Amino acid sequence: MALLSKKDANLILDPLADNNPITIQVLGICSALAITAELKASVVMALSVLFVMGVGNVVISLLRNVIPSKIRIIVQLVVVATLVIVVDQVLKAFAYELSKTLSVFVGLIITNCIIMGRFEAFALGNGLWRSFLDGIGNALGYGVILIIVGFFRELLGSGTLFGIPVLGDPVAKTGLYSIGYENNGFMIIPPAALIVVGIIIWVQRSRNRALIEEA
Amino acid sequence: MGLKEKLHTFRVKNQDKKWFPVFSGFHTFLFTPNETTHNGTHIKGADDLKRTMNTVVMSLVPCLIFGMFNTGYQHYLALGEIEPVANGFFSAGFWTMDNFLLGLWKVLPLVIVSYGVGLAIEFLFCVIKKHEIEEGYLVTGMLVPLIVPVDLPLWMLAVAVAFGVVIGKEVFGGTGMNILNPALTIRAFLFFAYPTWMSGDKVWVHGAVDTAGTADAISGETVLGFLAQGRTAEMGYSLSDMFLGFIPGSIGETSTLLILLGGLFLVFSKIASWRIMLSAVIGALAMGLIFNGIVDAGWIPEYSKFYALMSFEYWQHLLVGGLAFGIVFMATDPVTGSQTNQGKWIYGFLIGFLSVMIRVFNPGYPEGVFLAILLMNVFAPTIDHYVVRGNIKKRMKRLKTATIYPKPSDEVDALKTETA
Repeated sequence: MALLSKKDANLILDPLADNNPITIQVLGICSALAITAELKASVVMALSVLFVMGVGNVVISLLRNVIPSKIRIIVQLVVVATLVIVVDQVLKAFAYELSKTLSVFVGLIITNCIIMGRFEAFALGNGLWRSFLDGIGNALGYGVILIIVGFFRELLGSGTLFGIPVLGDPVAKTGLYSIGYENNGFMIIPPAALIVVGIIIWVQRSRNRALIEEA
Repeated sequence: MGLKEKLHTFRVKNQDKKWFPVFSGFHTFLFTPNETTHNGTHIKGADDLKRTMNTVVMSLVPCLIFGMFNTGYQHYLALGEIEPVANGFFSAGFWTMDNFLLGLWKVLPLVIVSYGVGLAIEFLFCVIKKHEIEEGYLVTGMLVPLIVPVDLPLWMLAVAVAFGVVIGKEVFGGTGMNILNPALTIRAFLFFAYPTWMSGDKVWVHGAVDTAGTADAISGETVLGFLAQGRTAEMGYSLSDMFLGFIPGSIGETSTLLILLGGLFLVFSKIASWRIMLSAVIGALAMGLIFNGIVDAGWIPEYSKFYALMSFEYWQHLLVGGLAFGIVFMATDPVTGSQTNQGKWIYGFLIGFLSVMIRVFNPGYPEGVFLAILLMNVFAPTIDHYVVRGNIKKRMKRLKTATIYPKPSDEVDALKTETA
């Protein structure tokens, strides 16, 4: 990363692993549970949050010296709501089916704790470039988990990836299905996402014991 | 040197080996180790975890054997090759070699897969975590084949057992630390993952799935299945069939008589809590009575989809489905149930109450007992917490209102200031 100084690079790399917003800070769980039944929806959600976080952090960082601290939450909400409406309209215009699958959860990006958290904790106190990197880093960290969860849930639950059958045809009994394999209906329902996220948390913490909190 | 000493020397020599927990598990399963405690006060009890678990497994064996006979009986009965039994529990038409061999052929693989996969995972975790092998899986491994339909594909059982043991038990710290009953976690996983193999009228009788849609199609609806669809009149099972267990259902849960005997054995060997069993029965009866009352009062029309289940005689709820099995063998799990005596009454009562409620109101899950027990497993610590708090409060109150009469009357004031 010759482009970025080591300190700046960490702004992106940290949230990907040891300071992941979902698995370490346990924020943004709501959308991670709701929309990860399909990989496509997970990717679109991740991209939407990437856009909102990146631009939002920059805007808040630019405004940080003029926002009165008493009403800063309202200002933050206005910024994030504006961005989310843009995302929502774009999805409705260019990917209508997908926006129906994501339904209310695009709108709920507004209340995604990761975004408000980064605005409060980072963008309000840091310059434009660093805030942008922080936003991108956290959105990527969020997106990575979403995509991992989406991958397993769609593969095991529907036998497809991005809607393309990869394990064979369950009706015509080809591929894996010819030897009696069946899709796991449990993976389709939201509790399965909780368990998959839980397993990721478990794996991550047993690989890096420093992450385990004191009880 | 005898075998026992040899094993002991072997044990001492290899104490730091990686596979030691595996050896130790088998060793202590068969022998009492030569080790003694050296200091402190101790009580010697013969009922360590292994013997406790084995007692429960023993009480399950009659259900297993009966399940094997019943598997064959239901299959041949559905094919029309044999007549329904009519001479009570010891009917010759039921206890035939044909029935048993078919049952053995179908049920034994389930038992082997359940134990094989479950114990393999348990051993693996013990080696990784370097602790003694705990025997929690002995009972779970026996319960699991008894609460699944007979034609369940083995790989599904294997996946579910792996899920149940890892997610239901090992992540919480292994035997004794789990929140949910592992056997029921496994069943719940199967139910939500592969619903077509866990409910409906095809899975309860061997061969029904394979022949579906052909001219030889057979089906075996459970009693609850008939009721949930309002087909009470078509159901040909008598009360004695239900009590003795000559009905289709999960492998080991059909015979209320044998479950009752197993339950008595557990109560008299002081393994299971009679409070939980009794209060769960009371809870089920209470909910059944409420439903019967609603029907008698005419509050629910006959065309309602709940009518058949609600008008089902309240005490007969105990004879059908997995309710009796769940109450005796699963609600009484000492790890996941309530610990306080008062808590046990509440916990048991709610299990019975909710089981019948889920059974009636949720036609998608004609059997509600596994959901009710899992739900109450989650609430058991809360119940205990409030029971303990209640006790503390009561005693504090008693302490405040108590009048203390010390012998030398002049010390009253001094005592009062001390206790205040």
